[in-house]
Amino acid sequence: QTSPTTHTKFGHYYDISKKMSPELCQSVKWHSFYLHEELSAEAGMRVWNMNSGYARLLQSIQRIISQEGFDGSDPQKKQRNVLRIGIQSLGSPLWGDDVCCSDAPEDPHSLTKFLYALRGLLRKSLSACIITVPAHLIQNKAIIERVTNLSDMVVGLESFIGSERETNPLYKDYHGLVHVRQIPRLNSLICDVSDTKDLAFRLKRKLFTIERLHLPPDLSGTVSRASKQELAGSTGLLSSGCGAVAMGNRHLDF
Amino acid sequence: QGKFTLLRDTRTDGSFLVHHFLSFYLRAGCKVCFVALLQSFSHYSIVAQKLGVSLAAAKEQGQLVFLEGLKSCLDLLFGEEEQPGQPSPLQFLSGSASDLRALFDFVRVSLTPSAPDSWKGPVLLVDDLSVLLSLGAAPVAVLDFTHYCHMFVCCQLKGNVVVLVHSNEDSEDEENELVVTSLCHHSDLILWAEGLATGFCKDVHGQIKIIKRLSLRQAAEQDLVQIYQYKIQDRNVTFFARGLSAAVL
Repeated sequence: QTSPTTHTKFGHYYDISKKMSPELCQSVKWHSFYLHEELSAEAGMRVWNMNSGYARLLQSIQRIISQEGFDGSDPQKKQRNVLRIGIQSLGSPLWGDDVCCSDAPEDPHSLTKFLYALRGLLRKSLSACIITVPAHLIQNKAIIERVTNLSDMVVGLESFIGSERETNPLYKDYHGLVHVRQIPRLNSLICDVSDTKDLAFRLKRKLFTIERLHLPPDLSGTVSRASKQELAGSTGLLSSGCGAVAMGNRHLDF
Repeated sequence: QGKFTLLRDTRTDGSFLVHHFLSFYLRAGCKVCFVALLQSFSHYSIVAQKLGVSLAAAKEQGQLVFLEGLKSCLDLLFGEEEQPGQPSPLQFLSGSASDLRALFDFVRVSLTPSAPDSWKGPVLLVDDLSVLLSLGAAPVAVLDFTHYCHMFVCCQLKGNVVVLVHSNEDSEDEENELVVTSLCHHSDLILWAEGLATGFCKDVHGQIKIIKRLSLRQAAEQDLVQIYQYKIQDRNVTFFARGLSAAVL
């Protein structure tokens, strides 16, 4: 059990039953990219040998980075801020990619090429990016491995809904497991690997908590411990963050 | 001299070996061509500084030729039209060529000795080869590239080649496994860093298998296999025999 103070140390409070207040949105400078509202291919856009949705997203990000000076091109800028990028459901059909639809996608390299180019953009600018990928939909596991290798930090969320763990008394306080699959090893030989490998999450109306999973004491002679091996077909969300800024916090409060 | 070394990692990150070889060869006075595909120049520079080598100085003196893959990719995608005489080393990304000839040409030009050069044997270092597959290169193209490099650097120039690949047991990435298996057969030395089968341990970060492929040169010879465990620290890596970690003794 984590002590209450760690909850207040990190994170922001939200209320998932309400929408964000408009004043909050207006006071902050933000950009959005919705593929289906983008204009058709700009004149002079070179052939990139990549899914056009990803190509346009890359161009949009690069444009924001250079126009807003996140690449250090404007030394006069007083306030140095970090550009935070969030990309939702990368790889899903919403981006025009069929990697989630078939085992042999039309262009299996689009997603990884996009991630590589994005990595380049992030490395040379003051920005951090968090991406969600519906890993449970991608049948070609080789692509998942490549996506993992191209990311700095990889965290998997495995929900208990629909799996046999939902009724397991071991997990009754939680909604799912958190798998830390990769942590960044930037600018250093060593990386900060935490001791804890068993983490579970709970989604409440106002807080998202991640806690260490403790096995209860084995009091009964017949109780058997549930195996912690991942179920092969479990529903899950895999989110990967590529960033110039290493994210090493174990407890993430959203 | 003339050795092809394969760095391989499974369930762990073997890049500490790349940092080691980079600073080792630079300190030895060799001319190094470093094809760095996965990380930025500053990342390697900061770690090299901890190991006592300045990459910026080496680059300035002409000892180190550094290809920053991420930057080349951005130049290709966002930059101006390339000059006809200077194709980008990562030209295969734009789809105009399906082989890695441009990349090999870059290596060849970097390591061909020019008259006033006083450096010792040339070295090619690649981190890491598996990325090329992710970027759309066919496994055959990757193997051709390594073969050309092997012939040119090891056989012709009597230099050394060190290449890092990732591999996982139960990996479903067949293309990658194909490349790794083929490279294992053609390597003189294999350094295989593996995460411990029992899971993470604070004092032992992994085990390294050192395979000297004596069978490659001599028909009747057996490969020599040595296994050590290691712990990575801020400025160096300590190796010890299995089970004899300082924490245990």
